[in-house]
Amino acid sequence: MKPAPFDYVAPTTIQQACQVLSDAGGGATVLAGGQTLMPLLNLRMSQPFILLDINKIEALKGISRCQGAIRIGPVTRQCEALANSELARELPVLVQALSHVGHHQTRNRGTIGGSVALGEPAAEMPATAVALGAVIEARSVRGSRRIPAREFYLGPYMNVLEPDELIISIEYPDWPQGHVTLFREVAQRPGDFALVGMVGALAVEGGKIARAGIAWFGMGATPIAAVQAEQALLGQSIDGIDPQAIAELAVADTAPFDDHHASADYRRTVGRRIFARTLGEALNIRKAA
Amino acid sequence: MSEPQSEFRVEMTINGRPKAANIEARKSLGDFLRDDAGYTGVHLGCEHGVCGACTVIVDGKAVRSCLMLAVQAVGCQVTTVEGIAEADGTFHPVQTAMREEHALQCGFCTPGIVCTLVALTDGEQETTEEQLLAAMSGHICRCTGYQGIRRAISRLAAGAAA
Repeated sequence: MKPAPFDYVAPTTIQQACQVLSDAGGGATVLAGGQTLMPLLNLRMSQPFILLDINKIEALKGISRCQGAIRIGPVTRQCEALANSELARELPVLVQALSHVGHHQTRNRGTIGGSVALGEPAAEMPATAVALGAVIEARSVRGSRRIPAREFYLGPYMNVLEPDELIISIEYPDWPQGHVTLFREVAQRPGDFALVGMVGALAVEGGKIARAGIAWFGMGATPIAAVQAEQALLGQSIDGIDPQAIAELAVADTAPFDDHHASADYRRTVGRRIFARTLGEALNIRKAA
Repeated sequence: MSEPQSEFRVEMTINGRPKAANIEARKSLGDFLRDDAGYTGVHLGCEHGVCGACTVIVDGKAVRSCLMLAVQAVGCQVTTVEGIAEADGTFHPVQTAMREEHALQCGFCTPGIVCTLVALTDGEQETTEEQLLAAMSGHICRCTGYQGIRRAISRLAAGAAA
């Protein structure tokens, strides 16, 4: 089980990387942490002509604050984001979700951008980007564009990036201090992809929901924003929210599949339960505070 | 930046010794360690990142050597299970705990487990028993079951606390 031959290149600047992608005319594949791509290469499910390693591009690494958002470089390792104190303070749900991504050993190589770009429908990072309203910035020799995470995913492992585009940052907009966080997943073993999972954040102002961002994973072909639930929550007093009713609305936005791990019905049933329970518990903690 | 190419000269430090070779770009770090450097303690099991047997330490961190290309480890400090004990053969505390608690049977998964535990316990940050146990989710053992491994971790944690 060895990869098919390829040409390898590891540039040190974004400009050089974009040039490689442009010159390759669709024949290049981007290697970030490699925790998904390397298995695909080993299994020869992926056979690129050129492997573009972006691990030497320092400009793609690190976590920084920008206007109204936290910017994560795509080649930031998952283990680094997990240990980042600013992230833990500002976006605790992102860190909570990260602790469920793979294993200690894969998080030491795996990157935030790789996870977001791959778009595994049952993975935590794409859904977290969708829930929190992240914006993905892509660069090519033709220029830059900013893509909301909610418009980024087309299907399993499919996104709107053109073959010559490279993700250069993921910006997670600020959520107010003390916002309510929501996270729960059901998986067969720790580190496995979820059968069903949900992630989100709620901003509360004057006892009312001022902003809601919630998404599902493992509930369809892409991460799915629970748009109906978000809209129903907006403006509601936290004392008057019926978690069961909101969960019904949230499940209505999903389109889960049957597979050999679980049926679509099972996913809907479990999804409804974990959504209602997670929302109810988070609101109770908030009310008690 | 050089042009994309399929063969490279790689140099890295393995278990404290420099190693250089000409290799294909597609060669994994695990294959390089076994076939070119002779460290056959690196056990390649699934070769797609699931089993954890091939785990080695690269620049202080436990990583899957089947999910990293050798060319990516140029200039890195790599430690395999052969580099864990001291030069005179004195066991590392992880190895002692594994032996005392009978934490292996066939031994196929053992080098990876040892590397993960050594990377975590030799690191700058303190690690708790819970963290060590959680990291074991990245390893599959198909013969002893995990009770001996759990006991070895408890012994390690107790030793660190003492």
